[in-house]
Order: sequence, then structure tokens, then C-alpha cells
Amino acid sequence: MSKVSEAEVRTEVREWLAANWDPDMSLVEWRSKLADSGWGMPQWPKEWYGRGLPHALARVVEEEFAKVGAVGVAKSGVRLLAAATLLEHGSDLQKKKFLRRILTGEDTWCQFFSEPGSGSDLAGATTRADLTGDFWIINGQKVWTTSAHHADHGLLLARTDWDAPKHEGLSYFVIDVKQPGVDVQQLKQMNGHASFNQVFFTDAKVPQENLVGRIGEGWKVAMTTLAHERRSADGLTSPSKRGTRVGRIHAEERAETEKANQPYKWYPQRAGRVDLITDRAKETGANKDPYVRQEIAKLMIMAKSAEWTARRARAAQQQGRPQGPEGSLGKLAASHVARACSRVHTLITGTEAMLTGRESPREGIIAEILVSVPAVSIAGGTDEIQRNIIAERVLDLPKEPRFDTGPFRNVRRN
Amino acid sequence: MSKSDESKFEPKRRIQFAFTDEQEQFRTAIRRFLNDKSPTTEVRRLMATAEGYDPRVWRQLSADLGLPGIHIPEQYGGAGFGMVELCMVMEELGRALLCAPYFSTAVLAANAILNSGTEAQKSALLPDIAEGARLATLAVTEPDGNWDPIGIKVVATPDAGGYRLDGVKSYVVDGHVADLLIVAARAPKTVGREGLALFTLGANAGGVERRLLESMDPTRKIARIDFHGAHANLLGNLGDGAKPILRTLDQAAIALANEMVGGAQALLDSAVNYAKLRVQFGRTIGSFQAIKHKLADMLLDVELAKSAAYYAAQAAAVDDPEWPALASLAKAAASETYLHTAAEGIQIHGGIGFTWDNDTHLWFKRAKSSEVFLGQPSYHRELLMQRWGV
Repeated sequence: MSKVSEAEVRTEVREWLAANWDPDMSLVEWRSKLADSGWGMPQWPKEWYGRGLPHALARVVEEEFAKVGAVGVAKSGVRLLAAATLLEHGSDLQKKKFLRRILTGEDTWCQFFSEPGSGSDLAGATTRADLTGDFWIINGQKVWTTSAHHADHGLLLARTDWDAPKHEGLSYFVIDVKQPGVDVQQLKQMNGHASFNQVFFTDAKVPQENLVGRIGEGWKVAMTTLAHERRSADGLTSPSKRGTRVGRIHAEERAETEKANQPYKWYPQRAGRVDLITDRAKETGANKDPYVRQEIAKLMIMAKSAEWTARRARAAQQQGRPQGPEGSLGKLAASHVARACSRVHTLITGTEAMLTGRESPREGIIAEILVSVPAVSIAGGTDEIQRNIIAERVLDLPKEPRFDTGPFRNVRRN
Repeated sequence: MSKSDESKFEPKRRIQFAFTDEQEQFRTAIRRFLNDKSPTTEVRRLMATAEGYDPRVWRQLSADLGLPGIHIPEQYGGAGFGMVELCMVMEELGRALLCAPYFSTAVLAANAILNSGTEAQKSALLPDIAEGARLATLAVTEPDGNWDPIGIKVVATPDAGGYRLDGVKSYVVDGHVADLLIVAARAPKTVGREGLALFTLGANAGGVERRLLESMDPTRKIARIDFHGAHANLLGNLGDGAKPILRTLDQAAIALANEMVGGAQALLDSAVNYAKLRVQFGRTIGSFQAIKHKLADMLLDVELAKSAAYYAAQAAAVDDPEWPALASLAKAAASETYLHTAAEGIQIHGGIGFTWDNDTHLWFKRAKSSEVFLGQPSYHRELLMQRWGV
């Protein structure tokens, strides 16, 4: 690969944008141009809708797009995790079939990993895939699936070998969600929102060509997906800076973002809303109570320390130093902060904490905090799993004895 | 070059979230020195002596590493670094639990002189301190243990060519070995923040009666000092009032917070090591989730407190307007963390952790005395709320 300079890339992308960018195009039309030219995902390989540029230069492209306000490829939801997984493990046929429509936003994706019987222990999945003729036949149940009700394709982890050890009997598939054997039902959470689905598979079909990686390599492929999930942000598509821009394409993008963010409207409340604490204390007069003042101070000390810990981790990374323990603690810290927030919001709110909806303070936001925070210490790895990871990987403590070795068929399960 | 000149030419320093390579090398040098000079056998030997420190080690620490003057400007004989480096020293000292009059001399006394002294006083007093030739300490709180300067009762009465001090100071760190005393006192018939000032006098001056107190933490000695008309000099100018006293206490809180997180890290390391060695029920106890999770929580706690202590030091170093609030934040965070880590450290050690022969109690006692010195966590949390305007 010939080395290109930043200036060359800048000139090239500028010229291309000048010749092609038009806010009155349709979103799909424009993104098709992005996919064909490679400017939508410049860090991807040339043969697959990219330009093979290093990440640093991809940022340059991003800057130039931002300067003219040009819309990028579709990025919301699971689609980019799907793309990254297919780029690494998929066949050429799969890449050809799926990648382009991921970028144009024509297809929506979801992820079928968690099951009612395997949450923290993801590799204990019991949804089965049995090869019959040219098709894998899928039976079982998945849960916590975001966007399954409008997804076209799903990333599916299913068991293909019950005699192999737990992690070696899994395979990874792309499944067509819109087929008779797939029944998607909304899952209502304790906070009243329904951001997720539970999905039942009854003799659903997956063509053989949709096996990703080899049979029995499903865990390895799933690890790629999860690694990209951890690397990307929390799944939220940030409200576009182009929010006020005029043109057909911007309107279409706003609608797309709105739809993608719909399930996550309560996420700020889930994190505890530490930003509301002092204002609430002042408006309720709770700031005059010495006990409440102590509790607010404890919370703020924790929240600030957590923020600075994250910044220490980032600073170490930027200096190219090996990350210290501070890098592994973010999730657990956030969970502590959220729960402390919930406690202090209750202290400040008092009896009004019995109310919800419009009757309750801040148009129901406070009530939503109280019933959303319990998710933080569970979603994306429970606090207990985080502690195991910290203890084993950072403190180098020994693993617990395992009871799930040998043929999976004999392993105790739900 | 004056401070305002500097800001014209140099961009204002920003708060850093990582130490520089030079700072890390500095830390390594201190740690190597302390590994050699302050094993717990030495801590135990020195804590049992009346002086509580080894003058030979103090001289080396001063001459070879220049630590007492690390933050003292070069024109007063110091190394010219700042709050960040001072706090790095404190963190390492806290980790090694070095028995030495560093906190009293370099942190409390030197900062009091820097904050309050006239040009002539700084030039006269600081070079000896930077060199390690003069031990000094600061006496603010009194037998009632109040850390708010409002509560100061020692009276300084103008007298021929100076002042006469009357009253009692207590909890004076290294007050039994200091050569120079810096005393917070008030003008006769004043109350509150009015009439407060700092005074200096030789520890062996007439009318000074020093008594070593029996302290729970034998690695940090404290004294009670009675003043019966002792002759003293004003440090700085009348009318500065409580400001330099508060500034000195806030700096001390940040320095102590850094010492505490160093100690907490030592306790965590010791608990982790023990959990990997100790076998019960046929397994190392570190393989039980009950212990692993406790240790993971301790790590989180220690890292959060470190972040607060480091941030406060950085903020003070660049004179961020928020830094006094952050001093209270860091002190409260480090106090809770240090004591909690010490208590959990003993718990993980089990029965042996409660014995005198096991070293954990040495840090536990430092944690306990540091928790209340300069004010309890609850005091600093209230101060934080006030300083943040809540």
C-alpha cells in the first residue's frame, strides 16, 4: 500500500465532496455514493467499500465531511458491530451480500446473544442450530435484543455441538429476522419503557452460506463483536450538529437518528443524573439539612473522582503508556455513582418520591431515575462480573474452580 | 521576574492527568531510597524511640534527594518544583511509612513561611529548612481539636520588639523535635477570623513547655505545647489575618491526602499478596469471590481517592480558583479510603492481621490519625459544600 499524506487525503476528499455532496439527494442515494467511493468508511479495505486509510487519516476525512456538513454512512445500532465482525470473519459472499446495505442504512441489524438461561455466562447459550439439508434449523429463545422488531438481520450465537466443551460447541450465524419462525415480542422493563425484545425461534431457517467463521468457532467470532461493542460508545447516536440544516437528506437523517435513539431515551436517568443534584437540593431546601449535605458531598466526591479516574486512563493511553488499573474501573465506578445518585435524589425529594409521571418532580424525570438506576449494575456485565474481571486481570488473583468443563451436554444449567 | 510577567510569556499551565516521564523518574528515585531506608523493621525501631526518626536518614534524604526543599523556590535554597512534586514525595512517604519530620517541616512549616513570611523572613528561614538543617512545625489547633482558625485562643500580646504568646497548642506534629515553631495566635480581645496571625519562635525559647503526647500512631509523633509569655516574632504582616493560615491548611490537606493514598496502595498490595498466599479449604483465599470482590472494591476505592488527590495537587499547582474546595474533597476522599482499606486489609489477613507482629496495624494507625488530623471527613464534606456554594 502506497503511503499517502494528510494533505493529499484532504485535497482528494475536498474535491470529491465538492463534486458530489448535495443535501437534496435522498439518504440512500448519497450513501450509495459513499459506499462506492470508499469515502464513507475510509479505514475499511479498498475492496470492501473503504479506501484502506489508517485511522489517523480517516479522522481527517471526518473533519472534511464536518466542514461542509456532509452526512456519513449509517452508524447507529448494531450495524457497525455486524460489519466489523463480517469484515474479520465473514466470507466474501457474506461481505458482498450485507456490507453495502449496512452502510446505506437500508438494512437494520440486531444481536441475538443473551438468553434467559445465560446472561453473565454468555457461552452457556442453549439456542440450538441443527443442520438439515441446506439449512440450519434454529430453535430457542433470545432476550434483551434491541431493535429486533424492526431489524432485517440478526447476529446469532447458537449451539451446534452438545458434546463439545461449552465454548467449543457454539457457531455464529446471520439470520433473517423477517421469517415465520422468528417471533419478536416486546419486553417491558420495570421503568415502563420497552427498549428491548425477547425473540422466540421455532424451526427458523438459516441458509448454510450464512454461517460466519467455521462450525464451533462461534465464541471466537462473538468475541470480535463484543470487543467492538466495548470500543464503541454506549450505542447512542449523538444528536447531530446538523440538526438545523435544511435539505431532504438532513430530514431523513434526523428521522433515522430519532428512531435509533428511541429505545435509549431513559439512559441519562439510568446513570443517575448527578447533574441535577445541587439544583434540586436548592429548589427543595434540602441543602439546609446537614445530613443531606453530607450525602450530597459524598456523592459529588465519588462522581468527580470517577470522572478524573477516566481522564487519567485516557491520558495514559494518549501518552502511549500501558493502561494502569484505572482503565478497568469505569463501569463499576459508574454503577456506584448511579446508585448513590438514586439514594440522594430520594433524600432530596422526600415523600414526593412516591409519585411518578407528571405528578412527580421535574415532569417525572426524578421518578424515572429511581426506577431506571437498577439497570446500571446489570447491563453490559454485572457489577459482580466486573469485580471478577478486575480481580483476575488487574490484581492477578486466581480464578474460581469451574464446574462447566467437559461435554456441554453434562453441564448443569437452567 | 514577577508572577504577572511570567504569565505574559508562558501559557498558563493546565491540569495534567498523567505524570511526566521526569516526574515518574523522580518517583522511582524516591521509592528506591525508601525501599532501602524504610523497611518495616526500621519503622518499628524508630517508632519506639523518643525522637521518632533517624537523623542520618533525614540528612541523606535532604542532601542526596533534596526532598525538604523540593517545592521551595530556588532563591530560598530549594529545588523550585511545586505542589505536584511535593505531593509525589508525600505519596511515597505514605507508602513506605517513613518515620521522619517531613510533613511538619516541609509541608506545614515551609508552606506557612512561603504563604505568610516577608521577603526577609523567607530568605532567613527557608534555606535551612530546604537543606534539612532546621526542623520546623506549625501549631494551629488547640486541646479542643478544632481545625477552624476561628477557634484559636492562644493570644499574642505586643511586647517590646515583638510579641508574648500565652495559651496552649496541641496535636503539633513533631513538636517535640522541631527547632522552629510557627504558631497561629490572635491579637488580644479579638474573635472569629479577626486578629489572627502567625508567629515564629525557637522551640527552646523561655516560656515554651513541650510535652510529647502518647499518640495512637507511633510513627507520627505529636506534642502539646504550653506558652507562658514566650517571646515570638510576627511572621509576615498584621492584617493578612486568617488567609495564610487557611491556605497553609488547605495545602497540607492536599499533601496529606496524597500521603494517605500512598499508604492505602501499600495496604492494598499487602492484602492482595496475602490473598494469593494464604490457603484455606484447599484453595488460596484469593480464589474465593468473597475475597476477590472485596479486593476489587478496594482497588476501585484507592484509584478514585488517588484521582482526587492528584487532581487537587494539580489544581493547587496551577492556582485553579477551585483548589481550596478540592483540598477538602481530596482530604475527605482519602481519609475514608485509607481507613476503609486498612480495616479491610486487616479483615483479609484474618487473625494474624490483628497481631502486633503483622505490619498492617502500622498503616491502620497512620490511617486513623490522618483521618482526623486537619479535620474529619464530615468536616471537610461540609467545607466542600460551603466552598461550592451549595
